[in-house]
Amino acid sequence: MIKHSEPISITSENAVDLPQPTGFSRRPRVMRFYNTPRIIGRMSVVGEKESKGPVGKYFHKCETDDKMGEKTFERAEIRMLDTAVRGAVRDARLKIDDIDLMISGDLLNQMTTSSYAARDIGVPHIGIYGACSTMTEGLMLSATMVDAGYFTNVVCAASSHFATAERQFRYPLEYGCQRPPYAQWTVTGAAASVVGKNTKENERFPKIVMAIPGLITDYGVNDLNNMGAAMAPAAMDTMFTLLTQSGLNVDDFDLIVTGDLGKLGSDILRDLMRDRGIKLGQNYIDCGNIIYDVDQKCYQGGSGCACSATIFNSFIMDKLMSGEYKRMAYLATGALMSTQSCYQGETIPCISHAVVVESPFLEEK
Amino acid sequence: MAESTNAVKARNNRYNKYVETVTPKTSIPKALFHSFVVGGITCSIGQGIADIVLLISPSMPKDMVSNITSMILVTVAILLTGLGVFDVIARQGGAGSFLPITGFANAMASASMEFKTEGLIFGTSVKLFSVVGPVVVNGIVWSSVAGLINLWIMGI
Repeated sequence: MIKHSEPISITSENAVDLPQPTGFSRRPRVMRFYNTPRIIGRMSVVGEKESKGPVGKYFHKCETDDKMGEKTFERAEIRMLDTAVRGAVRDARLKIDDIDLMISGDLLNQMTTSSYAARDIGVPHIGIYGACSTMTEGLMLSATMVDAGYFTNVVCAASSHFATAERQFRYPLEYGCQRPPYAQWTVTGAAASVVGKNTKENERFPKIVMAIPGLITDYGVNDLNNMGAAMAPAAMDTMFTLLTQSGLNVDDFDLIVTGDLGKLGSDILRDLMRDRGIKLGQNYIDCGNIIYDVDQKCYQGGSGCACSATIFNSFIMDKLMSGEYKRMAYLATGALMSTQSCYQGETIPCISHAVVVESPFLEEK
Repeated sequence: MAESTNAVKARNNRYNKYVETVTPKTSIPKALFHSFVVGGITCSIGQGIADIVLLISPSMPKDMVSNITSMILVTVAILLTGLGVFDVIARQGGAGSFLPITGFANAMASASMEFKTEGLIFGTSVKLFSVVGPVVVNGIVWSSVAGLINLWIMGI
C-alpha cells in the first residue's frame, strides 16, 4: 500500500494535453457584495480523531464520544449541529431570537440532520444540499440575503459524521473491508457562522466581498472512492472563473483554500491549473489534506461537509480576525452523486462554489 | 450537439487516463502476502480447533468435527466484530480475512449491529443480508448449476 506521505509523481508528460471545458456558458458570474456582510460569529465542533490532527488545537469544541451519549449516531450529529449553531450565535453576542434565518445542510438523505436541528432551534430554516460544498453555498446564500437587506443576522451551518455517512454511502461500520489507497475519510464535525449586517460595531469582523456560484462539472470519473479526482475539475472551473473575472490575481490572495480534494485531488488541481497557465504556490492549501496527520491512516485526507467548514470557522477565521491573512478565497467542492446513481453506471457530477473573504485590516494596508 | 458530445467524451477519456496515471495503486505483492498470512493463520487456527475436538472425542465423525470447527470460528469472528477488532484485522488481511467463513460472519454481524437502531424487524431483520446477499444468491445459483452439470455428466 502506498503511504500517504509519498509524493505522487506528476510528470510533465502525463500532464500535457489536459482537457479544456467545451460547450459551457462563459458568462460573468461573480457576485459582488457592496454592503459587505460580516461574519460576526462562528463555532466549530469536531470528533476526537480530528482534534488530534495538525489543526486540532484551533477547534472550539471536541467531542470525545462518537455517540455523544445519544442512542444513535444520527442523534449525535443533530446535537453536534445544534451545539455549533448555538455556539456561533453566542459567539456573535446574540440570542437565538435575534437570528432571522438559518441555512444549513448535511450529507444525509432528505437533510434530516439539518431539519431536526432546526426544529429544536426554532428559527426559519432553509435546507441546502451541496454535498461537501455546503458551507460555501450557505455562506454565499446568507451573504446574498444580508447584502440585499432582507435579513440582519443569518446563521449558516454544515455538519457531517463519519458513522452516518459511512452507513449511507458505504458499508456497515464494523464490516471488514479494505479501502483503496486513494480513499478519503469523512470528517466528524459541525460548524456554523453567523453572517450579519455591516454596522459600526461589526466593522472589526471579516467581510464577505464576493461569491461565485459553481458550474456542475463532470469529467467522467465514476469511482465512488476517488472523490478528489472527480471534484478537481469543478474546483478548477470555479477557481479559473474567480481569477479571470474578479480582477484579482493569485498573488492578491494570502490564502486560496479548497474544501476536501485530499492530497491526490489537490495535486491534480495544481496540475490542471498549471495547464491553464496559473501557478498555485504556497498560498494554496486543501482542508482535506491538512485536517488529518499522515499517521492517522486516512489515506488521502478528509472529506465531508464538516471538513472545510470546521477549518474555515476555526483556523482560517482566527487568522482573518488577527489580520494574518488579509484576503482569502474559499472554494469548497462537492460530489453530487448518490449510491444508486453510481451503481447505475452514472458518472459523478461535481460542483464548487467560491466565497472571497477579506480581513477587516485590509484597508489599513 | 453531436460534435460537442464527442468533444466531451474525448475530454473525459483524456482526463480519466491522466487520473489513472496519478492515482496511487495498492501494491499487489504486499496485499497478496498480507492476505496469505491472515488467511493462513485463520485456517491454521481452524485446523487446531478441529484437532482439539478430535482429541476430546476421537469417535466423532468427520462431518461433525468440521461443523463444530466452523461454528467456533463463526462465534469468534462475531465476537471480534462486536468488540471492534475484526475490521482492524481485515484492513490488513483483505481477502485473507473475508474469504474464510469468518468474513461471512463479520459481514452479517456488522450489518445487524449497524441497523439495530431501526428496530428488530425493519432494521436488523431487513438489512441482515444487505452485505452478504450477493454471496448467498451466487452460492445458491452456482451450486444449482454445478449440481445440474453433475447430474448431466454422471446420469441419474
